[in-house]
Amino acid sequence: MNSKKIPGLYIHIPFCLSKCPYCDFYSSTSISAAPDFLNGLSKEMEMYRHQFNPIDTVYIGGGTPSLLSPEQLENILTKVRKNFDLIADAEITIEANPADLNQSFLESMREIGINRINIGAQSFDEKVLGFLGRRHSVKEAISAVEAPRKAGFENIGLDLIYGVPGQGIGVWLNTLKQGIAFSPEHLSCYQLTLEPKTPLGRRWQAGEFSAPGEELQYEFFMKTSEFLEEAGYIHYEVSNFARGMEHASKHNQKYWDHSPFLGLGPSAHSFHGNQRWWNHRSFDQYLASINAGNLPVQETETLTIEQLRLEALYLGLRTKKGISLQDFKKQYHSDLLSGKKKIFKKLEEAGFIAIRDGYLYPTPTGLAIADTLSLI
Amino acid sequence: MKNIRNFSIIAHIDHGKSTLADRLIQYTGMVDERNFKDQILDNMDIERERGITIKSQAIALPYHAEDGEEYVLNLIDTPGHVDFSYEVSRSLASCEGVLLLIDAAQGVQAQTIANLYLAMENNLEIIPVINKIDLPTADVDRVIEQIDSELGLDAFSALKCSAKEGIGIEEILEAIVKRIPPPKGNPEGPLAALIFDAQYDPFRGTVIHCRVFDGTVKPGDFIRLMFNQEAYKVEEVGRFLLAREKRDRISAGEVGYIFAGVKTVSDVHIGDTITLDERPCDKPLPGFKEFKPVVFSSIYPIAPEDYEDLAVALEKYLLNDAAFVYQKDSSIALGQGFRCGFLGLLHLEIVQERVEREYDLSIILSVPSVRYRFTLKDGSVMFVDNPAHYPNPLSIEKGEEPYIRAMLLFPERYLGSVMKLCMEKRGENSKLGYLGPGRIELMYEMPLAEVIYDFYDRFKSITQGYGSFDYEVLDYRESTLVLVDILVNGEKVDALSQIAHRDQARPRALRACERLKEEIPRQMFKIAIQGAIGGEIIARTTISSFRKDVTAKCYGGDITRKRKLLEKQKKGKKRMKTIGSVSIPQSAFLAVLKSDTDN
Ligand SMILES: Nc1nc2c(ncn2[C@@H]2O[C@H](COP(=O)(O)OP(=O)(O)O)[C@@H](O)[C@H]2O)c(=O)[nH]1
Ligand code: SF4
Ligand SMILES: [Mg+2]
Repeated sequence: MNSKKIPGLYIHIPFCLSKCPYCDFYSSTSISAAPDFLNGLSKEMEMYRHQFNPIDTVYIGGGTPSLLSPEQLENILTKVRKNFDLIADAEITIEANPADLNQSFLESMREIGINRINIGAQSFDEKVLGFLGRRHSVKEAISAVEAPRKAGFENIGLDLIYGVPGQGIGVWLNTLKQGIAFSPEHLSCYQLTLEPKTPLGRRWQAGEFSAPGEELQYEFFMKTSEFLEEAGYIHYEVSNFARGMEHASKHNQKYWDHSPFLGLGPSAHSFHGNQRWWNHRSFDQYLASINAGNLPVQETETLTIEQLRLEALYLGLRTKKGISLQDFKKQYHSDLLSGKKKIFKKLEEAGFIAIRDGYLYPTPTGLAIADTLSLI
Repeated sequence: MKNIRNFSIIAHIDHGKSTLADRLIQYTGMVDERNFKDQILDNMDIERERGITIKSQAIALPYHAEDGEEYVLNLIDTPGHVDFSYEVSRSLASCEGVLLLIDAAQGVQAQTIANLYLAMENNLEIIPVINKIDLPTADVDRVIEQIDSELGLDAFSALKCSAKEGIGIEEILEAIVKRIPPPKGNPEGPLAALIFDAQYDPFRGTVIHCRVFDGTVKPGDFIRLMFNQEAYKVEEVGRFLLAREKRDRISAGEVGYIFAGVKTVSDVHIGDTITLDERPCDKPLPGFKEFKPVVFSSIYPIAPEDYEDLAVALEKYLLNDAAFVYQKDSSIALGQGFRCGFLGLLHLEIVQERVEREYDLSIILSVPSVRYRFTLKDGSVMFVDNPAHYPNPLSIEKGEEPYIRAMLLFPERYLGSVMKLCMEKRGENSKLGYLGPGRIELMYEMPLAEVIYDFYDRFKSITQGYGSFDYEVLDYRESTLVLVDILVNGEKVDALSQIAHRDQARPRALRACERLKEEIPRQMFKIAIQGAIGGEIIARTTISSFRKDVTAKCYGGDITRKRKLLEKQKKGKKRMKTIGSVSIPQSAFLAVLKSDTDN
């Protein structure tokens, strides 16, 4: 099906030094288990040997990949090259925690072929960092952002969080200003999501603090978009901004256009054709499966054409580029506009979407309601 | 015949009718413990869930009395709601006596009195029974005093029981035998049997429940239903044990059932008389009334393609509910549907619930209406129960609406607020009486439309649950009527139009707007909701659009989860009706009518 779309590879490193109270990614603090994990990971790669070829992006995320040693990371990439056809100028990203970034680590990263680094700075405000329970300080955040440049990185991304209880728009814009002062190529600005199963989510549900209402969320969202566009960044996805589309995350875009991807490590998801499957969200189960010679897959779903359509629609509407009407028709055997001309016209008049040059795409105000837009 | 007793239990709702029936059934050994289900006569799920008896039921209890004789006690269970008071009166007409059940903690309530009147009209022996004496809040002396002063009955004759604990059950059975007279009648005379219920059996057609007053009926006889003048050949007769029990005949004094190849229950009229085709009785039994629906509403399928299924569902439903009437109807906003008549709001809700549940359909009901009468300038008279058929206002000479007499019972301390409510509801000709110390009986004549609006809920909340209410339909009275329309984004939602008294138009419209605002979820566009009489806007409100809903993160591990969420929302949206590009949930249509006095 997705014959022309080149697959990407995601590797989930399931360790963190401590657990941030808002985070619902799968990770544990037993870092001593890293050798076992790397062992298992390498076996998992062998199980998929040459099945996703070629590959033009690798994303090492987590968890906190920067907790691994340069040797361990090098080992991972060697195994990747051994088991998959990694194209020459592939985008290879690592996620890093500001507290872990020293010059020698960064230089090693360059040496082993990592060409993109995404730094979880989250904020340049001490209070906000405190509320988020991060283990780094503003000072560390600042030097973490400066360091990769010195080490020769030409593609640096920053993760920032807004809409944190108590954080006014002014505080947020200040963080943004400080962020762009380093001229990162990429920015991810996430509105804080209070997941019910996280400690912060529970405190919120217990009424310990209140979260910004919808109006304020909207203001945060629009101000962020305007501010960064003004500063020369393209708002190319709901939460993502790039200084030119050549700096947009190639890997992440695969998620939004139904490209195939292989996810390795506990809890990682994979997608190919009309199948999606995901690994055990438990380190022990993951290892046990692998050591028994099985894929560590917890569940596989086969998507119907309607489900694929709905996904293509809602994922596409998250991006500035939008959805190619022709590709949509070709891939999902249905005309996106048919029977909906009236409502699309209304949405266009209201300034939520535009239909131009064969694409249906959201405006910034449309991006803010992309989920509902996809229900039309 | 001297060993037959026909009786009913009558009570205000929740005073323990179903529980006592259970106990009598158990005591007389009709069911063993293993097969026993609570509220055994309430067969339908909906009856058990709502705790109200909707259909009449009958059961024959074998009883070995103290005098050494074997008796058959026919218990006829009656519906427990004012919507069904005609059915109650026909069930009572089939009996010689009643147990008038009164909750020892609640005392006499409006339906206690209304039911007592029905029993008296039928000259029945009345045995007052004080139930729930096990409750710590029971005040038996006060109830005895009420039986004497408020009901005018012999308080010494009252029995005391706890249906729940099974106390005093034998005394009740003995009193039924000793105090309720045996039926009279001539088994050799011309057949005269009263129909008190009809139910649909999917394998056999309609089963007629009746009480035979004179004569005998047996398989092979040709019977005639005197009101619709149809003749049928009897296939089977019998009496009611827990299941039907076939017999070779049923005769004067007995309660039983007849199968005679009657296709639908609507061919059978409750209260009609059955006689023999070749040897008819000279006149029908008294008390027959042709059934008249008083509340009307249109039913539409939410998805237009479900129309045919809805048609089939209503046709099938009708087999079971003779009180329900319908015909084709269509709405600009909601498409093809059916205009339906109901006995009251409860009946309406029951039909809605059963159609949705038993036929798995999503339906919308338009704002319920009563039947108005208009005299036009050309002298012609028309009845209108559908706002869509409201006559051209310029052609109207006179409008009239149905009135009822409401009977309200409540503690004196609420008098001020109840009277205020009744005046607001255009009540007139009030009559005030004291039933006992501190207990008020208030009669008001008021428009039926006000009662179906939100009267009952507000009355209950004003009297903090201590008030009770009953009504009977009186006559038509002149009224200043207008047609109130509701517009969503400038588009008239014809299914939300209502006919109202001029003075009520503005508050009604405003309330409808506010209700819609609560029920319609915010959408991508601002929504204007207006109430109007003709071109004049009399109420308005707006629902602001929402501006932000998108999830922040959506990467490999989030896609399935998010899609599942959207699928769920999409399904929810399918259950809504889109009017003027606004999705209106089903609940909004009924909510327009509901009260908001829960504060
Ligand atoms: N404590 C107590 N509760 C009772 C007694 N009889 C009935 N109830 C309760 O009163 C409620 C209403 O009873 P039900 O038989 O459904 O009343 P109905 O509406 O008259 O049929 C139920 O919760 C019964 O369990 C009784 O003798 N004592
Ligand atoms: S460091 Fe990142 S992955 Fe680890 S707990 Fe914090 S937010 Fe989650
Ligand atoms: Mg009951």
